[in-house]
Amino acid sequence: MPGKLKVKIVAGRHLPVMDRASDLTDAFVEVKFGNTTFKTDVYLKSLNPQWNSEWFKFEVDDEDLQDEPLQITVLDHDTYSANDAIGKVYIDIDPLLYSEAATVISGWFPIYDTIHGIRGEINVVVKVDLFNDLNRFRQSSCGVKFFCTTSIPKCYRAVIIHGFVEELVVNEDPEYQWIDRIRTPRASNEARQRLISLMSGELQRKIGLKVLEMRGNAVVGYLQCFDLEGESGLVVRAIGTACTLDKLSSPAALLPACNSPSKEMKESPLVHPPSHGCRSTHNSPIHTATGSRLTQNFSVSVPTLIYTGMGSGSAGKEGGPFKALLRQQTQSALEQRGGSPHRFCKRREFPFFTLTAFPPGFLVHVGGVVSARSVKLLDRIHNPDEPETRDAWWAEIRQEIKSHAKALGCHAVVGYSESTSICEEVCILSASGTAAVLNPRFLQDGTVEGCLEQRLEENLPAGCGFCHIPYDELNMPFPAHLTYCYNCRKQKVPDVLFTTIDLPIDATVIGKGCLIQARLCRLKKKAQAEANATAISNLLPFMEYEVHTQLMNKLKLKGMNALFGLRIQITVGENMLMGLASATGVYLAALPTPGGIQIAGKTPNDGSYEQHISHMQKKINDTIAKNKELYEINPPDTSEEIIGSPIPEPRQRSRLLRSQSESSDEVTELDLSHGKKDAFVLEIDDTDAMEDVHSLLTDVPPPSGFYSCNTEIMPGINNWTSEIQMFTSVRVIRLSSLNLTNQALNKNFNDLCENLLKSLYFKLRSMIPCCLCHVNFTVSLPEDELIQVTVTAVAITFDKNQALQTTKTHVEKSLQRASTDNEELLQFPLELCSDSLSSHPFPPAKEHLESASSNSGIPAAQRATSVDYSSFADRCSSWIELIKLKAQTIRRGSIKTTVTVEKASPMGEGNFRNRATPPCASSTVGVVKMTPLSFIPGAKITKYLGIINMFFIRETTSLREEGGVSGFLHAFIAEVFAMVRAHVAALGGNAVVSYIMKQCVFMENPNKNQAQCLINVSGDAVVFVRESELEVVSTQQPTANCQPSCTGGEVTT
Amino acid sequence: MTSELDIFVGNTTLIDEDVYRLWLDGYSVSDAVALRVRSGILEQTGATAAVLQSDTMDHYRTFHMLERLLHAPPKLLHQLIFQIPPSRQALLIERYYAFDEAFVREVLGKKLSKGTKKDLDDISTKTGITLKSCRRQFDNFKRVFKVVEEMRGSLVDNIQQHFLLSDRLARDYAAIVFFANNRFETGKKKLQYLSFGDFAYCAELMIQNWTLGAVDSQVDDMDVDLDKEFLQDLKELKMLVADKDLLDLHKSLVCTALRGKLGVFSEMEANFKNLSRGLVNVAAKLTHNKDVRDLFVDLVEKFVEPCRSDHWPLSDVRLFLNQYSASVHSLDGFRGGSLSVGPPS
Repeated sequence: MPGKLKVKIVAGRHLPVMDRASDLTDAFVEVKFGNTTFKTDVYLKSLNPQWNSEWFKFEVDDEDLQDEPLQITVLDHDTYSANDAIGKVYIDIDPLLYSEAATVISGWFPIYDTIHGIRGEINVVVKVDLFNDLNRFRQSSCGVKFFCTTSIPKCYRAVIIHGFVEELVVNEDPEYQWIDRIRTPRASNEARQRLISLMSGELQRKIGLKVLEMRGNAVVGYLQCFDLEGESGLVVRAIGTACTLDKLSSPAALLPACNSPSKEMKESPLVHPPSHGCRSTHNSPIHTATGSRLTQNFSVSVPTLIYTGMGSGSAGKEGGPFKALLRQQTQSALEQRGGSPHRFCKRREFPFFTLTAFPPGFLVHVGGVVSARSVKLLDRIHNPDEPETRDAWWAEIRQEIKSHAKALGCHAVVGYSESTSICEEVCILSASGTAAVLNPRFLQDGTVEGCLEQRLEENLPAGCGFCHIPYDELNMPFPAHLTYCYNCRKQKVPDVLFTTIDLPIDATVIGKGCLIQARLCRLKKKAQAEANATAISNLLPFMEYEVHTQLMNKLKLKGMNALFGLRIQITVGENMLMGLASATGVYLAALPTPGGIQIAGKTPNDGSYEQHISHMQKKINDTIAKNKELYEINPPDTSEEIIGSPIPEPRQRSRLLRSQSESSDEVTELDLSHGKKDAFVLEIDDTDAMEDVHSLLTDVPPPSGFYSCNTEIMPGINNWTSEIQMFTSVRVIRLSSLNLTNQALNKNFNDLCENLLKSLYFKLRSMIPCCLCHVNFTVSLPEDELIQVTVTAVAITFDKNQALQTTKTHVEKSLQRASTDNEELLQFPLELCSDSLSSHPFPPAKEHLESASSNSGIPAAQRATSVDYSSFADRCSSWIELIKLKAQTIRRGSIKTTVTVEKASPMGEGNFRNRATPPCASSTVGVVKMTPLSFIPGAKITKYLGIINMFFIRETTSLREEGGVSGFLHAFIAEVFAMVRAHVAALGGNAVVSYIMKQCVFMENPNKNQAQCLINVSGDAVVFVRESELEVVSTQQPTANCQPSCTGGEVTT
Repeated sequence: MTSELDIFVGNTTLIDEDVYRLWLDGYSVSDAVALRVRSGILEQTGATAAVLQSDTMDHYRTFHMLERLLHAPPKLLHQLIFQIPPSRQALLIERYYAFDEAFVREVLGKKLSKGTKKDLDDISTKTGITLKSCRRQFDNFKRVFKVVEEMRGSLVDNIQQHFLLSDRLARDYAAIVFFANNRFETGKKKLQYLSFGDFAYCAELMIQNWTLGAVDSQVDDMDVDLDKEFLQDLKELKMLVADKDLLDLHKSLVCTALRGKLGVFSEMEANFKNLSRGLVNVAAKLTHNKDVRDLFVDLVEKFVEPCRSDHWPLSDVRLFLNQYSASVHSLDGFRGGSLSVGPPS
């Protein structure tokens, strides 16, 4: 009997009127956990009942404690007919199961009904008494902490980062069971909510078990998703990074509870036997632990095509995508037949990390983005206890990601995430991450596969190390243009770097960053089953290519050279595919200045045409120059000589020469880019390309005072003030079905996103100067002609004046440091000095700004070497060849490199200090902040109370009366926020960090006056203390305390 | 391409004061957008009309959702759906319950019934206030009225407690409730020159002096209804005019006291009997509901107009009335009791 759950129902308020005659309600409450139910007395005739019940006690297994939610139902007593339900509250008691988190859940919870929304509130107190469990074969994993935050949470230290954990559970969707035809929508919705709650609990427990097996005590970067596969079932899957965390004893000593490092470490059995065969299997067995299992007799869902790897440093070194495609197909077919061969060593097999920010020194090099996609046909899940098919699918994709990473000379993938897009019976599975070389110091043995000893020895300067290429330049996985690092001049760096992670805090960035998006639609014929899957598979590579080209063009247009937080979402609909890529562009000081964009026409002799082209060219050049000014990109003006004549160390020189000659061979054959400055050539001999150029130029920069990024923090801004505003915005547009062309679609989609952003800027104008951080767009295609875009982000104000100073010192500091570093090495002190001189008076002087931008902008374009594309195109006689070519270009940009940071760099510290925020107004009582970031500006997180993971369904049969679709969804989202806040407050917290709305599925049927919406949100409940208050409380050096909290998710000391 | 759905939900509910005012004033979304465009906001922010439209819609939707809570302001404070800083909550409530002078003059003293509500069209046309805004104001009056009508204790306190209004606004509402309850006629042409403030002042004094609550603040504390007993007692004032000696005595007392102090002394002296008769008759009739309703009309006819025709300055009126009531106390058979001071100006 490992646990006793105690619940007390105190009171209710604002209950709805259930008895029309008296305008009052006779309310009572049912408290249910597992199969046990208790009831309170009926409190007659009141809208504010005071039940003040006894303690209801449930004696339960800790396994149930983890799986089951506490279910509280408020009802109206009716003597003559059935009691009417007012609404329910589901309480996840997981946070009470770790010793460090909440000890009691107590507070007002909104009473929620899936048809009527929130109907009053109920005050509940919940406690758990846990008994120690010495059973080594137990199936619960109480005590493993879960964090949504994708970095090591503040106030913890990572002892070991074990690596990837994943799990999925499947079930039939109650909405599609036969019984659904006869039960009410309410009953059906509640069945679904309950089931998903149960499944998430089970999933979390199973992941917890894996973590315990790995001897970890926490999961960081926990991401749980639902796949609503319709007829074929409901999949709940989760990935995360297992870690062993140590609680940092806070010097401020604000909280008494945090002293013992981790009780559950002691509690947990030391070693789990490698096989759990002896365990009695009720429920579904935990398959990773069960050792290899023979293929069961279920019918394998039709494997269609696996198409992968396109966008990014994918496989297919020699063959272009199509060979890769074939290879994959055969491979997957084999794998399908053989069951899942690599199932049993999975844990060690995938060196993936869902983290996007890392402890200093963890990340050595970054290779570039790796991604894989696969199109699958869904089939009914026959046995919920055997989720083999879905597991096998993901295993394939992960395998592929791993091989891509290897091709990039990397042994690990960071910033890893998985997603799906489902339309009817077709499902696109996607995974992406950033190939990286990590420092094994933090990893458990076995995860690292060698291959980095030599790299680790190189003691690289911070700030650029992660940019250095991890792969062998003699044997590059794709044609890239390498130069010596502009920072340390010792190692090679690529010309452009794409990653899915956050900007490392020690990275040297020039100017500010900005949100860059690529948007794309492709029409597709309606088709069934395999034909449909094939059509989609055929479209995918083109989409990836175009998304990539757009990103590249936009990046260059901004005058930047690296993308962080890249997230490419491909959504499938009945008759179209949508691609949306978001990333934060920055100018990394270590990478070369990006070249301009060169426009080339096919018929160069036509005079007017030429004029048109030169006009466009001028516009583009102007835009680049303007952007450089806008984002304060003022790189030290490195002249050609410096770049051109680095004296490499002898050993490297020979290699360099060889590689140069090699790569030049490749270039003539495959690469569109030429010359040092790597002009990006846009050929505009067809209307498509014209469109591209136009769309490039139509992207409007945010109004002045606004910045936006999709990463945790905005590069170049670091003096956040405490005002934050998290929001969700949803838009759905209906396309006119007439003459839908790809172009029209693209334009519609582009306008939709641009207008949405414009609206956000307008709405938040009172917060200027401010930055939209963690801007997260999701696209879905709920119906034939509907496009839905959902955005969640947080607006944070900052202090403009301070920003300038900080950047200035920041840059100066970095320059000083760079020069000292280099002086030590006796390399190019002269040149570097001149660099720093030229850029010293960095932002403030306006004339300087102008002159600098005109210096750097226009000449760059002039230097760009134009390529006669037409002659080149002639050679591409067949379209396959063209694709090959395109594929090559894609790769060129997307992959790139990085560095080691052995210790926190002096730079980083400098940064921190400058970031100290001004004291802010004390928080109001009862306010719960929500943010998608892992930190709260101007505050220190003192305690993590547990994960919030909630799933709600709302349905209406009176859509018009509730204000139409907008009114309905607006109210629902507001209610979801309210319920999240109430749960956090009941746990004793005052904020949710790493908040994410993972799903917002909206369906409407205006003719029937109906609509339904499903929302899934998660985040970490925390307690934070304002820094200003901290300073009062602690007499100790406050700057030391507040450092981590100001910086966001990157560092734990 | 049409926008099917377009929403923005913040963790802290965004309130745009300008849009709130437009909403309260009852403008439709398109009118509000047009007004905002005219305010030059597009130029200031570089936004497009479409953005403005979407923003306005969004705010309107939010206000619409908040409206239910604003009907019972304490709910707004305790609800969990909208996270709104306290200062903003106060602003929302105060503005929601604010009313237009022109409107309140139209309905002051009328029964807050469906019938009156039907006349709102005319009021809207007459005052230029949108019908929507008229409805809101009318419903506010009615709502406050319903809640505090039967309540014991101080009217102002009750209103403040249940509607969280500022002191000033609560006092105004007390006047509105008081007038509505007693159905004082305020709409007659003769009374048009009086502002709401004038009536509110009267109401305050009447609540203080004429209601049940005024008589005994402990028991049966009702601020809304006039004290029947007191009204009954007023009948006895008739003596003042019926008894010739008493009338003369009263007159001489007042005249003696005011001699030299009043600019219009001679007119007063000449008119004393008329004025006194007027006042006393008004007071004595108050046992009839109908006459209670006509209190202000009668006062104006019987007292204010004669004074005005003689060009009494305000200060003189005040002096006279004070002396008029003070002297009564020194008359035999009149000890204690109180008298109102007529409407100022």
